[in-house]
Amino acid sequence: MSTPSTQQTETEPSSASDVILSVRDVKKYFPLTQGIVFKKTIGQVKAVDGVSFDLHKGETLGIVGESGCGKTTLGRLLMGLERATAGSIKINGQETTALEGAGLRKMRRNIQVVLQDPYSSLDPRMTVGDIVGEPFDVHPEVVPKKGRRQAVRDLLDVVGLNPDHINRYPHQFSGGQRQRIGIARALALRPDIIVCDEPVSALDVSVQAQVVNLFERLQDEFALSYVFIAHDLSVVRHISDRVGVMYLGKMVEIGDEMQIYERPTHPYTQALLSAVPVPDPTLRGHRDQIVLEGDVPSPANPPSGCRFRTRCWKAQDICTTDEPLLQLRDTSDHPSACHFAKVRDVIHATD
Amino acid sequence: MTETTIESKRGTENEVLANLPWDANAPLLEVDNLQVEFHTRDGVAKAINGVSFTLDAGETLGILGESGCGKSVTAQAIMGILDIPPAKITGGSIKLNGVDLLQLDEKTRRHVRANKIAIIFQDALSALNPVFTVGWQLAELYRKHSGASRAQAKAKAVDLLKLVRIPAAEQRVNAFPHQFSGGMRQRVMIAMALALEPDIIIADEPTTALDVTVQAQVMQLLADLQKSQNMGLILITHDMGVVADVVDKITVMYAGDAVERADVYQIYERPAHPYTKALLESIPRVDMKGQELAAIKGLPPPLTQLPPGCSFQPRCRFAKDRCTTEDPPLYDVPGNRKSACHYWEEVFNS
Repeated sequence: MSTPSTQQTETEPSSASDVILSVRDVKKYFPLTQGIVFKKTIGQVKAVDGVSFDLHKGETLGIVGESGCGKTTLGRLLMGLERATAGSIKINGQETTALEGAGLRKMRRNIQVVLQDPYSSLDPRMTVGDIVGEPFDVHPEVVPKKGRRQAVRDLLDVVGLNPDHINRYPHQFSGGQRQRIGIARALALRPDIIVCDEPVSALDVSVQAQVVNLFERLQDEFALSYVFIAHDLSVVRHISDRVGVMYLGKMVEIGDEMQIYERPTHPYTQALLSAVPVPDPTLRGHRDQIVLEGDVPSPANPPSGCRFRTRCWKAQDICTTDEPLLQLRDTSDHPSACHFAKVRDVIHATD
Repeated sequence: MTETTIESKRGTENEVLANLPWDANAPLLEVDNLQVEFHTRDGVAKAINGVSFTLDAGETLGILGESGCGKSVTAQAIMGILDIPPAKITGGSIKLNGVDLLQLDEKTRRHVRANKIAIIFQDALSALNPVFTVGWQLAELYRKHSGASRAQAKAKAVDLLKLVRIPAAEQRVNAFPHQFSGGMRQRVMIAMALALEPDIIIADEPTTALDVTVQAQVMQLLADLQKSQNMGLILITHDMGVVADVVDKITVMYAGDAVERADVYQIYERPAHPYTKALLESIPRVDMKGQELAAIKGLPPPLTQLPPGCSFQPRCRFAKDRCTTEDPPLYDVPGNRKSACHYWEEVFNS
């Protein structure tokens, strides 16, 4: 199979200055050990295994995939909460994987995180003022000590909370409001990038829409770039400019929102999209539904060649031997890691 | 010898059930004006304020609502597994083929559970006992209710695992819950619910903890089994997509009230309650890309301090003065539907 490009990178080459976060072939292996006193490494869980992408200024990149696909580990790598086994992560052109101590802290000013569970990500014994103001203790240079209280009040106002509630504790807020507290904390240091790890999946539908709207408003207001990690494909579609699909530690397909949702070429993306229930009963039985067999294999012992081949209906011998690279293909207008990439429309009604 | 004991034990349980005054002409399940309160430190929480619906054999009813709307409490009340106290059923009836379950004593109720009505919980990992094998847990349930021998029950467990399409069931029956993946655990829960061939299965958020591809497998399995066994299925969920895919009719709940009842096509095409309408509008849609989502302002009220009049009124864009004073009854809407809104016509025609 001929390939127009052997580069394992991006959809469209864009000016380097525009790229705010650049990830190249990043890997994270967790050792599996045996024994209590004399630990012996008996294997590795390849949580993230060679992922590359660029994030542009003001852009939202959605990362989707099922549990265990490595999307959360990828988020932690970006934040510098995990040390990459290999590969490079550059924020504003600066390599971050080797940073330590003060350098690492300084880097983190530019990249902040909003976590999934608004119940466990806030310290129950700290007031909202202390939680949102804590980043200023770590980075005192951002706001002078005198102005901090006011800065926190402003932040609460920005995320749609009453600034007079600054002395309240997290338990006095609802789930949606707690998520807003988490967002205010992420905004405190005026970062360029916010990694959102399943930020709305713990919320009810009616509240979820409020928080999604808040994310979009803040992006315009503060020129933020988001890495939006989620499993809810409709939310990701709504908020993302580009979307990357992960499976077992690999990025299997990446492209802009239209390419991924309207013209998916990787079988896994197609199966994932077709499995999402559509809130329209008239489409019942008229959709191209692909129900996958079995479960995701263990990342400690991934299948050879293409990792999706054990559940794929297109798999042939080449899939066992040759690992398909994430690259542009004749049959795909965006990078796809499948030897047999082919457009298949799965979200619209078929007759 | 074992055969006779099986007969006698089976006899008692089935005899008790057979002696109940079943009415074959009554609906399979008829919940009428069910009311449940919880006595908490903050006062009385009205978890359910008069929920009514019916379910026939082979039918799927969706109960849709957000957390705290009372959908799980409804399921627990039907199953008879509410913690009383703090909960208290203050009114209404739950009739299974004409027999009011709320009037039965606990022992008879226990026979009804599993034999007639079974439940599938959301979190299969915590619903299964980690120190017993899956097969043992399946067999125990079957043995207790049917009086079968251990060997028979074990064989039944294998059959059940096969029924829910677990590969290598003969070996898997000796595995522990932690050796199963999330989707397989949920299948075990389904197998457990099916063990005694109940008339009704209540599935309380059965796929919420699962990934979408696995969710699709489990929902398909549930729908297939329901069809082949002609059971009534009550699907409790917050996911508007899952509901649209499988159910026949819907009851929408908000703050303990059933606010709208209709068949699934009607409700998605033309909601008659402002809450249903707002919920449908808040789902991200392709043609709304780049626009603000139509979020519902505010939060559901705490159940201990429900606002006077309509509970949804503080968040409702159709609300008028009347809504703050007068609790809306269930109005009849054309097409054999119900809506608890004074201004349902306005919602319906907007």
